[in-house]
Amino acid sequence: MSDFFNPVFWTIYISIGSLGGIFWLIYLLVSNSKIKMPADGEEVKSTGHAWDGIEELNNPLPFWWVALFYITIVFGLGYLILFPGLGTVKGVLGWTSSLEHSEEVEAAKVKYEPLYQQYASITIPELAKNEEANRTGGRLFANNCAICHGSDGRGARGFPDLADNDWLYGGSAEQIKSTILNGRNGSMPAWNAILGEEGVKSVASYVLSLSGREVPANEVIEGKKIFGTNCAACHQPDGKGMTALGAPNLTDGVWLYGASRSYIQDSIADGRTGVMPAHQELLGDAKVHILAAYVYSLSQQ
Amino acid sequence: MTENVISEQYNYKIVRQFAIMTVIWGIVGMTVGVIIAAQLAWPVLNFDLPWFSFGRLRPLHTNAVIFAFGGSALFATSYYVVQRTCYASLFSPKLASFTFWGWQTIIVSAVITLPLGYTSSKEYAELEWPIDLLIALVWVSYAVVFFGTIVKRRVKHIYVANWFFGAFIITIAVLHIFNSMALPVGALKSYSMYSGVQDAMIQWWYGHNAVGFFLTAGFLGIMYYFIPKQANRPVYSYRLSVVHFWAISFTYIWAGAHHLHYTALPDWTQSLGMVMSLILLAPSWGGMINGIMTLSGSWEKLRTDPILKFLIVSVSFYGMSTFEGPMMAIKTVNALSHYTDWTIGHVHSGALGWVAFISIGAMYYLIPRLFNREIYSNSLVETHFWIATIGVVLYITAMWISGIMQGLMWRAINADGTLTYSFIESVQATHPFYVIRLLGGVFFLTGMLIMAYNLAKTISGAKPAEADVPVLVTH
Repeated sequence: MSDFFNPVFWTIYISIGSLGGIFWLIYLLVSNSKIKMPADGEEVKSTGHAWDGIEELNNPLPFWWVALFYITIVFGLGYLILFPGLGTVKGVLGWTSSLEHSEEVEAAKVKYEPLYQQYASITIPELAKNEEANRTGGRLFANNCAICHGSDGRGARGFPDLADNDWLYGGSAEQIKSTILNGRNGSMPAWNAILGEEGVKSVASYVLSLSGREVPANEVIEGKKIFGTNCAACHQPDGKGMTALGAPNLTDGVWLYGASRSYIQDSIADGRTGVMPAHQELLGDAKVHILAAYVYSLSQQ
Repeated sequence: MTENVISEQYNYKIVRQFAIMTVIWGIVGMTVGVIIAAQLAWPVLNFDLPWFSFGRLRPLHTNAVIFAFGGSALFATSYYVVQRTCYASLFSPKLASFTFWGWQTIIVSAVITLPLGYTSSKEYAELEWPIDLLIALVWVSYAVVFFGTIVKRRVKHIYVANWFFGAFIITIAVLHIFNSMALPVGALKSYSMYSGVQDAMIQWWYGHNAVGFFLTAGFLGIMYYFIPKQANRPVYSYRLSVVHFWAISFTYIWAGAHHLHYTALPDWTQSLGMVMSLILLAPSWGGMINGIMTLSGSWEKLRTDPILKFLIVSVSFYGMSTFEGPMMAIKTVNALSHYTDWTIGHVHSGALGWVAFISIGAMYYLIPRLFNREIYSNSLVETHFWIATIGVVLYITAMWISGIMQGLMWRAINADGTLTYSFIESVQATHPFYVIRLLGGVFFLTGMLIMAYNLAKTISGAKPAEADVPVLVTH
């Protein structure tokens, strides 16, 4: 991997600019340090110029300040010898950020992997009862899941409640683990163009009636017909949904995108897209196993 | 050396215009700052209004305080100082007048477009391309006026304040033009010419040198005139000014990469950014030493002169932030401080303590003189000084504590390798410090309102001052 089209040219260019500049600073310091301190009792002279009444004294550079300047320069040059700094020139220490990163990752693996491996052979329902595993799972949840699902796992509009035992993709231990490992893509198509405004309204009424909401009876009759031909394929004729597709149960009064009529009509008219990202790459199997047990435990209490 | 009077007059009108706008834009910019500080403490204050939300108002705050308040202060003082120290009236008064009206137009455009959501999304360079073009035009005119006046000077040597103003004007022109290179795709929409890590590097080359040249070199120019004048003392060391001027001008340009530690920026670039930031410590302190030591022999003036208090305390804050900056540029320190409120505290110890304090001191010096008046109330200046100092201290200590706390919370790890705290827990822990920061901001803003009242009383009914350019006769 190279940062340059022509590494040699740019390395020389960078080195001249940076080192040349630093040496120029040294020259500035040396050439301006050639002045004697005035003897005791003697006044420092002015440079002899005045601008709008302002004169300038010709005090020497403060010693401690010059020393500070040299110390930073020496440190800087030392750093550029030890670490990469001048284009493609590698530092004497051979340090690179990617090397440091992989070493840290390796060290963390050695240190923490046994901790996670000890749970790998325990089944998720069993693990969900293990307090220590759940503490770890809870921390993983707080840092990876809580941003969408809430720190208590009770979700938010558009983000499923994980503690209510109502599952879009199934609540078995293996289904939960699979959801975390591989992610999910929920897709409800937009029906506005096909059903029209009236159609959307009617089918919304029918859907609302499934969970016992009061709606105009004539719309329910019309809506039921539309539901049968358009919605039942995913949500099933009885409206109880299908976990294989993540099609929600419409009869249980749980509404991911809001329970009001207008929210439900929006869902039907414009569709919805829900994305749960995959975490296999990010966390690895062992951590997901513990996380799945924690999530499983949330709806088992 | 005697001074005879000729008919030419200093152009004080342009100085007056910019000086008054400095106070007004200061109040506007800091009011927006107080609003967004309150929004951070209580998000409900966003009121679900897009144009009033934190994301839109934050760039308005930074643009207003840096370019409207700080910029007007720089225009006012540089135009005043370059004339007085060159013994020449301003080159091309018409062009100077264009810089005033042009700059005000830019600021008003910012006040309109930023809340409406028009942004190039480059920090401190959010304004869209038509406004960027106007900035370039105004800035080049500024350079012509300033350097034209330098050319007209009636003394051989150029005073050190003008070196700093000159470096600031040239460098900002280069930074602004190269950072803002973009392809317009609509009247108020453009895409940056750069992408990826190059874009990030150009952005922070610009961003850090906006600090280095706009907020440092320019204000050092203010320091080099107003401290010796107000203290009535010669500048401490000419040599020191030579060394720290050239050292600052060279070194600052390299330091921007420290904003991108531990990112996709190549290792070598990060190293150079860190090394040059460290080397910047002594050059920065050179300016502080020259400012403070100019007072040596008349320290007692600090007890009685509130304007001098503003000026000297500003230089002390300058020294403090320019020590803090290089420390934060060290990669291991940066690993703790980056992305935390520590950065915000650091910026404000510079912005409030240094930039605002020295501007306020300079305006207290300048505005009465531009109207031939004595300041209406010295004790109100004293009150302003103390209330502003308390404000800065509240602000920066709150941000230090909350910043270091955030850094420690984010890196805390349990025995099982998991993070101890979730992000939201660090946000909760930060809340009290956001309230203290808001209080600090309210103090600072209150000081500005006292200043506006005091200066309004000072100049009410006054006739604009006129001053003849003296002729220098050397014997």
